Amino acid sequence: MPIELVVNVVIAGVLTGLVYGLMALGLSVIFGVVRVVNFAHGEMMTIAMYATVVLFASLQLDPFLAVVPVGAAFFVFGYALQAGLINPFITRPEHSQFMLLLAVAIVMVNGLLMVFGPDARNVQVDYQLESYAIGPILFDKARVYASATAVAASAALFAFFKFTRTGKAIRACADNYLGAKVVGLNVRRYYALTFGLGSACVAVAGCMMILLVDVSPVLGPAYTLLAFVIVIVGGLGSMAGALLGGVLIGVSEALAGLFIQPSAKSMFSFALLILVLLLRPQGLLGRKP
Amino acid sequence: MKVQTGTSRVRRRVLKAAAASAALSTLGFPAIVRAQATRLRVGVVLPRSGVQGFIGQSCQKGADLAPGVIKEMLGVDIEIMSADNESNVDVSRTRGERLVQEGAHVLVGAFDSGQTAALAQVAEQRGVPLVINIAAAPQITEQGYKFVFRNFQTAPDIVRNGLALIGDLFQATNTVPRTAVFMHVNDTFGMAMAKGIAAVMPRQTQLPFKIVDTIQYDVATKDLTVEVSKAKASKADFVLLVCRLNDAILLRREMVKQRWNPMGIVSPGSPGMYEEQYFKTLGKLSEYSISNVPWYNPRAELTKVVEKAFLKQNPKDKLVFNGLNVGFTFEAILIAADAFKRARATDPKALTAAIRQTNITSKMMLGAPIKFNEKGQVEGIGSACVQNLNLVPTVVLPAVVATAKPVFPWPHYQA
Repeated sequence: MPIELVVNVVIAGVLTGLVYGLMALGLSVIFGVVRVVNFAHGEMMTIAMYATVVLFASLQLDPFLAVVPVGAAFFVFGYALQAGLINPFITRPEHSQFMLLLAVAIVMVNGLLMVFGPDARNVQVDYQLESYAIGPILFDKARVYASATAVAASAALFAFFKFTRTGKAIRACADNYLGAKVVGLNVRRYYALTFGLGSACVAVAGCMMILLVDVSPVLGPAYTLLAFVIVIVGGLGSMAGALLGGVLIGVSEALAGLFIQPSAKSMFSFALLILVLLLRPQGLLGRKP
Repeated sequence: MKVQTGTSRVRRRVLKAAAASAALSTLGFPAIVRAQATRLRVGVVLPRSGVQGFIGQSCQKGADLAPGVIKEMLGVDIEIMSADNESNVDVSRTRGERLVQEGAHVLVGAFDSGQTAALAQVAEQRGVPLVINIAAAPQITEQGYKFVFRNFQTAPDIVRNGLALIGDLFQATNTVPRTAVFMHVNDTFGMAMAKGIAAVMPRQTQLPFKIVDTIQYDVATKDLTVEVSKAKASKADFVLLVCRLNDAILLRREMVKQRWNPMGIVSPGSPGMYEEQYFKTLGKLSEYSISNVPWYNPRAELTKVVEKAFLKQNPKDKLVFNGLNVGFTFEAILIAADAFKRARATDPKALTAAIRQTNITSKMMLGAPIKFNEKGQVEGIGSACVQNLNLVPTVVLPAVVATAKPVFPWPHYQA
């Protein structure tokens, strides 16, 4: 098998995996702090993809520029969702939270079906069919830009949690709920802020993902599942783990497609998941409970 | 079609009345309603959403125009009961069940082989005839089903006709490609086509090429990077493709991204590349793709009638982008209506017996008259080599029905 073929496939896997990673990062951040598993994660990304399509169709706004309004709108939406709907469920049994977010997901899918219909949609930007070439090695432009944006957004989120007072306060809430309350932090507000940030994260991922795949309302559940696989492989609650998990899933799918059978490539993400659950249940970069 | 004389009509009416009173005493009132119905209720199951949504919607246009056209043709009243199976095999089964419960006398559908196989099981279990509009997996009519009829080519027939047309294409364009990479979806249809190609290719000794690699992929795939990388690495002269719509679009885009310019893409008989959405989404990239598929006869009288009705219902659309889907769906309903007219009953057994006796010579699609063999399969349905030229699917072979000359190899795409 020619080496340039393997290199090309690995590069595509890494670039796609970084966007997957950003999508899963939102899920990981929300779970890491709020301890709520967002079962509507993929559906939220689907809505972000549709928002990008609408902005592109109506204002000719490039998906990279759409990151700002869509990200901001999702931050507000996520904040409101947590503050208005999820916060009352924080102290309730986990299955109540599970059912609540599953219901939100179903409402989202059917809402999209009602508004946009079942048809797949995409954006047609000038650079979508172009690629950079270094000898026989090709870099798909859309993938390069999308993954660079994913890395930049992830770095900004890391910096926020590491260096800002608000970020540190959120981490304090995540580390010790009671302690955070004792020192006077408004935990529920920080939870809402975190859900807003996680939603903004998934919105940015959606803006980038529309450059790689066409969107249809039924896309959501598949991406929710993918996000789960990624964060479990990387480590639930670990931000670096989400990115690593994304890249691992992207590359393993690509290599499995190349060496074994393209139609069986998604099987390998789940095989990887089983392997991680058996050998390192807390995920590759996760902390032991 | 048999002409009924007045005497036989009266006799039949008397017999029907006798049968009705017998039914009243033995089976109850609903049986009379079924026997005396003056309107045929046709349950049409199609994938109008999901991955095959565009094609299902295209087929639906054939169902929508059928009542009006058939009323004029045969003087028969039919009612279409539509159901969306969401491109899902299980949903296809439940929608079929529901249509029968709601009073459908005959089922029509379901475009996809897997979804149709599920619908065929419903038809057999409930004893309601199913007329398949489009579905190629041969096993559907190989299982001894009594209520299942298909007016569409089986996968081996499609492959045989498609490969023969590929030979004709090379001859017409004086080209001799030596290698092909075979790419196909892994759904029921794709696997049946792959089996067909494996069986038929060795016998097609006039074809100058050999298949150097076979790549199968998921029908609901969202990314074909790896598949196209592999295909490109095979250095094949052209792509032999069995696809659906969404993956055909992904594949063509990915070929451009990876700067791969083989001699062309030729489908030995699958949907996708002649669909309107392929043109709408890809624009100029859709040009020169070739599909060897069962197609309609543009010169047939019935085509003109259907086209008129189609344009009336879809003024912004063109029949040429929906020809195969509309044509076969319309013909499936025509078969049911014709049987209803002859049987003069909606009783499933009478309808089934009448469908078995079908002999429709005035038809829209290419090929022999619609007659079912003992397995419920129509034989002799024709194919055409359809190439995308000037953003329209254009018949380029066989020469007798062609409206343009084939272009092969295709000109390289310039961004």
